Amino acid sequence: MRSGVIAKKMGMTRLFQSDGRHVPVTVLALEGCQVVSVRTQERDGYTAVQLGAGVKKAKNTSKPERGHFGAASVEPKAKVAEFRVSEDALLDVAATVSADHFVAGQMVDVTGDTVGKGFQGGMKRWNFGGLRATHGVSVSHRSLGSTGQRQDPGKVFKGKKMAGHMGDRQRTQQNLEVVSTDVERGLIFVKGSVPGHKGGWLLVKDAVKVARHADAPYPASIKSAANDTPVVEDQIVNDQVADTTPETVTEEA
Amino acid sequence: MNLIQTIEAENIAKFMETKKVPQFRAGDTLRVGVRVVEGERTRVQNYEGVCIARSNKGMGSNFTVRKISFGEGVERVFPLYSPNIDTIEVVRRGVVRRAKLYYLRGRSGKSARIVEKRDPRPAKAVAAE
Repeated sequence: MRSGVIAKKMGMTRLFQSDGRHVPVTVLALEGCQVVSVRTQERDGYTAVQLGAGVKKAKNTSKPERGHFGAASVEPKAKVAEFRVSEDALLDVAATVSADHFVAGQMVDVTGDTVGKGFQGGMKRWNFGGLRATHGVSVSHRSLGSTGQRQDPGKVFKGKKMAGHMGDRQRTQQNLEVVSTDVERGLIFVKGSVPGHKGGWLLVKDAVKVARHADAPYPASIKSAANDTPVVEDQIVNDQVADTTPETVTEEA
Repeated sequence: MNLIQTIEAENIAKFMETKKVPQFRAGDTLRVGVRVVEGERTRVQNYEGVCIARSNKGMGSNFTVRKISFGEGVERVFPLYSPNIDTIEVVRRGVVRRAKLYYLRGRSGKSARIVEKRDPRPAKAVAAE
């Protein structure tokens, strides 16, 4: 089991295949998706990698968080999440995952918070029919109707579908096809829609219900390993980070 | 431009390298060459009619062409940047005051005609185009 990635939803567009079929795609962007920490069997009782993505201002980062990011020599991340991995798929701390972690044609599961709809009535939230437009119905055309029986049971059963908060719940869209990837810009094009609004953070993993794609890099596609030239750059970046991060920590301390 | 617009602009630029889309608007009569797959081989089928609407939304841009086929009105919506569109040819330019000519749907015969645009410019300018 290999790690997933943290991606940002950028929006939707369409791509045309050479045979004229058009594919609706969601564009997901990897914004500095780096390993912040690892969980090991001996120390934590399970194996996982903790990834971080995005940019968080130092002034908005708490002191414990700054210590945590500083220990890994990475910039403060806006979004941090853990991915359970098997022991041979553990990644090095501060490694950057690139977009060719996923290959075209493979299936992924995308997890995110759905668009919040606020407090909604039964008609919108549960597709209730509402009451009639005429025949004496007064002021309650969109109400629920009955919520239970009579004196026996004398209560409303738990879980009764009623009005309430709708949306903004974590949902996973399974088996979405990866149409293509763009390594330079760190983009993944996924067929179909994904939960949440534009700019929202998503967790993209290999599909649980489909065997891992044969061409998918294992344990992960790391930016320095993927192409030879950025190795030096990557190290420089990491060094710079290592230089700068403790400084900020000391400043604040 | 945001990222989505950038990607769409790149894809459109790539498409424009291979194909040419003429300037046209609602009211123009178009001949659209559509690629049709028949078993193994593909051929180009022409579809000629009046463009009654254009929708400009990046890669999702499309246009609607209406014609009368065997006494029955037929409308087809073509994606502007589809590889299935082989050619778009403007047969005739029309004078219209609307962007969407949906009123043609309720009309037939003489009242459904569109006046042809007479180009007032001298012939030299047209030739230079």
